[in-house]
Amino acid sequence: MTVTHSGQRRTPKAAKTSSVFKKVVMAVSGIILVLYLIAHMVGNLKLFAGAETFNGYSEWIRRIGEPAVPGQTVLWIIRVVLLAAVVAHIWAAISLWRQAKRARPQQYVARKQVAQSYASRTMRWGGVILGLFVVYHLLDLTFGVANPAGHDATPYDRAIAGFSNPIVVGVYVVALLALGFHLRHGVWSATQTLGQSNKTRERTVNAFATVFAVVLTAGFLIPPLSVLVGIIE
Amino acid sequence: MNLKLRVWRQRSAAEKGKMVTYQVTDVSPDMSFLEMLDVLNEQLILDGEDPVSFDHDCREGICGSCGVMINGRAHGNGLFDDHPQTTTCQLHMRSFKDGDTIDIEPWRATAFPVIKDLAVDRSALDRIIQSGGYISAPTGTAPEAHSILVAKKDSDAAFDAATCIGCGACVAACPNASSMLFTSSKVVHLGLMPQGQPERNDRVVNMIHQQDLEGFGGCTNIGECSASCPKGISMENISRLNHDLLGALRAGARPKS
Repeated sequence: MTVTHSGQRRTPKAAKTSSVFKKVVMAVSGIILVLYLIAHMVGNLKLFAGAETFNGYSEWIRRIGEPAVPGQTVLWIIRVVLLAAVVAHIWAAISLWRQAKRARPQQYVARKQVAQSYASRTMRWGGVILGLFVVYHLLDLTFGVANPAGHDATPYDRAIAGFSNPIVVGVYVVALLALGFHLRHGVWSATQTLGQSNKTRERTVNAFATVFAVVLTAGFLIPPLSVLVGIIE
Repeated sequence: MNLKLRVWRQRSAAEKGKMVTYQVTDVSPDMSFLEMLDVLNEQLILDGEDPVSFDHDCREGICGSCGVMINGRAHGNGLFDDHPQTTTCQLHMRSFKDGDTIDIEPWRATAFPVIKDLAVDRSALDRIIQSGGYISAPTGTAPEAHSILVAKKDSDAAFDAATCIGCGACVAACPNASSMLFTSSKVVHLGLMPQGQPERNDRVVNMIHQQDLEGFGGCTNIGECSASCPKGISMENISRLNHDLLGALRAGARPKS
């Protein structure tokens, strides 16, 4: 039995920064981001319900919790939690990336991988692409500064204006495919990291990860592609 | 059969190494991979050259001493569909074709410095064992088998983990040079047994702490380790280790430094 003395309760630096602890930070922050993505994807599909519904939904997000709390309180809580999750996710990733680089400075002359998937091989650079995309995406549709319709347009008009441009849609398609691959390995890896996988569950977890990644990516791809081909106007 | 070998030659950890090409002739398909290297070395000695250093001991696939990268795969595992996962000494030349070119390199990891040529220093794995791979229960005379009951599934899983021979193939194959499969198999094979419970929490935090100190990378659950392991140790052990570590940290176990 391990006896905990009061002085031991704070995690010392070594345990806090163990590679497995960093992976746990990665997994937990990833789960927070994935939960947000599910809500985000469902919200996007409201583009099909027309301008009024979509703009109303956008307005509602700002009013969640009213009148119990002042307007935008819940929105800001969500934003702060997401920002914290993104920072933690990136910190853990960079730290583990550097540890892996240090662990093998001399590369193999001949190298053959048999177990790794495209998804697992591209986690790190795919993550960098996603990080850059999120910055662009916020400038485009949240702040409106990178949007053809500008900041003063309604959310619906901004979405239509942006997604009518094939280049913009191209950027979104590339980033969303990167997201799909990131989720495919991320869901499986988080399950392992949190100690919830085993031999019998392994197949189910991997199958779920694939289905989840495909559904989420497809859900995100449908609105921009629909605007581009004119299903949504 | 005649083969072209490209072998990593490095005189010491301090010197730079490079791939050197050798021709070996009249190799019998019945030879093991290490016997083929013996043939090369006899030839090198007769020519007055320095023979290639490589680790080996039992040559029966059970000691974990041998192990080289063969055409980019640890022990050559994963190169041949009809060949079970095993150690370098149990790979036979019949798996290759006459005229093949074979690349032979040492395990590459900061934690495994090259001693000479293909021989690397794997004592980092011993230090991980020292940090927690033990039990304090008195051993000696075997107790009456029914005195401590162990569930069949636990004893099976513990035995599967205990088949790890500590060869280091998992580290060599891992894109992050992580020893997670090795460490997890040691944590799990003791952690599933009643005798392993007193140190269970301390074991996992200390062994992970030591693994990081040795300069291994972190696990990203890619699975190259398991696909290269001569004993086919499953990735489920890594999940079990993670589960134990979270429980141990919650219970207040901290690495002794």
